[in-house]
Amino acid sequence: MGLQIIKPDTRIDFIGFRKIAFILSAVLVLAGLGSLLAKGGPQYGIDFAGGMIVQIKVQEDIELSQLKGALEQTELPGLVVQTLGMADDHEYLIRTSSSDIPSQQVRTMLADALAGPLGEGGYQIQRLEMVGPKVGADLRAHALEALFYAVLIIAVYISGRFEQRWTAAAIMAAALGGSIYGIGLFGVDMGWLIVMAMLITVALCWYLKLNYALGAVVALIHDVTITVGVFSILGKEFDLTIIAALLTIIGYSLNDTIIVFDRIRENTRAQQDPRRFRSIINESINQTLSRTLMTSLTTLMVVACLFVLGGSVIHDFALALLIGIGVGTYSSIFVASPILLGFGPSIVAEGEGQA
Amino acid sequence: MQSLRLRIFVTLAVLVLGLAYMLPSIPSVKQSPLGTLLPEDTVSLGLDLKGGIHLTLGVDMDTAMHNNLSRLGDDLRATARDEDIFVLRPNVLSSSRLEVVLIKSEQKSDFDSVIEKYSPFTIEEARNMGDGKVRYLLSVSPQYRDELTRLTMDQAIKTIRNRIDQFGVAEPDIRRQQDNRIQVQLPGLQDPERAINIVGQTAHLEFKMVDDSADIEKALVGVLAPGRELSTLITTHPGGGQSESPIVLRRDAVLTGEYITDARVQLDQWNKPYVAISFNTRGGTIFANLTGENVNKRMAIVLDGKVHSAPVIQERISGGKASITGNFTNEEARDLAVVLRAGSLPAPVVIMEQRTVGPSLGQESIDKGITAALVGMALVLAFMIIYYGFAGLVADIVLCLNIMLIMSGLALFGATLTLPGIAGIILTIGMAVDANVIIFERIREEMRRGLTVRAAIAEGYERATLTILDANVTTVIAAIILYQFGTGPVRGFAVTLTLGILSSMFTAIFVSRIFFDLYTKSRSESAKLSI
Repeated sequence: MGLQIIKPDTRIDFIGFRKIAFILSAVLVLAGLGSLLAKGGPQYGIDFAGGMIVQIKVQEDIELSQLKGALEQTELPGLVVQTLGMADDHEYLIRTSSSDIPSQQVRTMLADALAGPLGEGGYQIQRLEMVGPKVGADLRAHALEALFYAVLIIAVYISGRFEQRWTAAAIMAAALGGSIYGIGLFGVDMGWLIVMAMLITVALCWYLKLNYALGAVVALIHDVTITVGVFSILGKEFDLTIIAALLTIIGYSLNDTIIVFDRIRENTRAQQDPRRFRSIINESINQTLSRTLMTSLTTLMVVACLFVLGGSVIHDFALALLIGIGVGTYSSIFVASPILLGFGPSIVAEGEGQA
Repeated sequence: MQSLRLRIFVTLAVLVLGLAYMLPSIPSVKQSPLGTLLPEDTVSLGLDLKGGIHLTLGVDMDTAMHNNLSRLGDDLRATARDEDIFVLRPNVLSSSRLEVVLIKSEQKSDFDSVIEKYSPFTIEEARNMGDGKVRYLLSVSPQYRDELTRLTMDQAIKTIRNRIDQFGVAEPDIRRQQDNRIQVQLPGLQDPERAINIVGQTAHLEFKMVDDSADIEKALVGVLAPGRELSTLITTHPGGGQSESPIVLRRDAVLTGEYITDARVQLDQWNKPYVAISFNTRGGTIFANLTGENVNKRMAIVLDGKVHSAPVIQERISGGKASITGNFTNEEARDLAVVLRAGSLPAPVVIMEQRTVGPSLGQESIDKGITAALVGMALVLAFMIIYYGFAGLVADIVLCLNIMLIMSGLALFGATLTLPGIAGIILTIGMAVDANVIIFERIREEMRRGLTVRAAIAEGYERATLTILDANVTTVIAAIILYQFGTGPVRGFAVTLTLGILSSMFTAIFVSRIFFDLYTKSRSESAKLSI
């Protein structure tokens, strides 16, 4: 046999740690939410807020403050200058918020301002992106819709697949769709709509006793919230690629959770005694532990490569994945399964099963 | 072992197909003699990797509608006049309503039938104003509006395509999007300002007579005689600067750009470029009569509402040729000729989104992405062998096959590889081993329970397969939703992620089993397995 990190007879009482884990999760989630509230919501990049970014590569060393000083003279709204990627890349990102000034003119203004400290041809425009406010709003709505549908369809799939309760799952989908449509009629902002949709999904899972779906959905909301929170704390911006990262994290987190759940279900079938549910869960987590850690390790290894070597454009995307995959691994062990315990094993089996 | 042979055959077939579709994407293979035998499809690179311009243009449909209504109104007025019915100049109220005032109320029934017969309008209201005049409110049907929208968008796309074709960009991609938007992708183009100028210019060319008798001072404060308008004359100085001065024009255009058949750049006696335009027969006749009647008067050449020049007509100009001078640079003149030749846009467009990636950044992104992929892959490969021994080697072999299948899948479906797509492949490298890890861990468990190697392998694969399917379906759902709602690069990511999951299931479940079956086939029941 090859190496083994986790000894086969490992019997860690994961469920015993659930209180500590819940406190830790609560602290992380609240810190993130607190940061979001303090900053008045997520900091949208130009994809969603509209505006312009210009990425330049400078030939020689220049102080960031010098660059900032020169650019401030343009008096463009919401001007932000920051370094990009690794220090010796000499790459800077210049960002302005949406304005009425045509993009050609902004370009000229920036070129004039940069000519001061850098001289003509002392820099190279590598990337220029302009998103108008209308397109930005559309992209934002699309991104939120994507997150919403992903969670909904996944909740339905898990309920159907794990508990054979497709009817209950369909009821949930219909109820959720109906209530979201109803709330939507009042013209609520899409962001709040998503928050409500998540809460309704959790409530419906709880009411319909779709415990597996409940555990999975809570774990997933947990992971996304923490990732978004950490991004907010670090002052990073949300753009389309970060949404792609969040959806990937959703996929990964579920992947992880489902593998543990799958084992719990398998072990429950062999052991019908509901009083032993706690030890079944513990056993199942222990049995899948080496797989959970191995996969996280290989995935984190490549994402870390992406983070360090992938270049400036992909940097934040890789960071989101690093955080999300780390948290996702933790949540499938310490969040999803204890929730399953909290609400007892699903009373599925044969009777209601095919309903 | 019949089925084993069949599985090996299937795997080899997939391997050959995969190679056939992947190899053409490597430039050196494409150019070698082998390249001619292989399929044509290659992985195309997204704009973020090869550099280029992505534009989203919004067509101003309100203005298009407004212009259309005003033209319909003029037509109606002219038709009515032919039947000796006189109406005041129609007034466009909104993008679907028009106001027309009939001067003599006795002619109401005659005018009603003219409206009915010759125009798409329906009468919303016709009120007697008391002084013998009748005020009509006319509107067009929603169907007419839809039809007009469709025609306007089609014409706008056609015009933009014509312009870009003349501009000479390889593989441009122009398509209509919802909400009256047009997406334009120009790979490899480096000068966004020029491209935007060419694509976005309405290029509505008009010839209007100058009213030199008007008082500019009064015009500037808004006092204008009926049928006159204030415009701006752009004068370019020899030094290069530009100045603008007010000029009063007659509002009705005497000739428009729709009669142009050709536009070219020519040089005058001082080697200054100007744009020479040729009219078709009808335009030529109009132009000749016009110049004949207006000798010694000034005629303004108006492009998109700005007067480029207002020369004095020296004599009747026949032969259907005119020129636009205006101290252009060579490039400006060439671009103007392009847009005039390709025709004017039916409505103004605004640039709603613009993304430009320089080719050097694109190349850098590819290089860094590939480095990250190679390093990440090397780490994973080494780690798997150290951890699982022989089984790890099997996982590594199928992982390589997996990556190859993703590349060939991208080529086969004509998908576009984007930077997030590369990230998707890198992530897949990490996640692809997951399926094998699940299987191997299961086999280890079964072996610990005392099963023989062969039984443990069979049991491990069987039990793990369902788990793997369940786990991957959710990721595929996320990927499909990403594809549905994402744009450009995000879609590329979704495609690679989906391909990666599908091919990893095939390689990790189906192909890796072959190696284990081959291994156990040649050994006794009690043999050990390095896993």
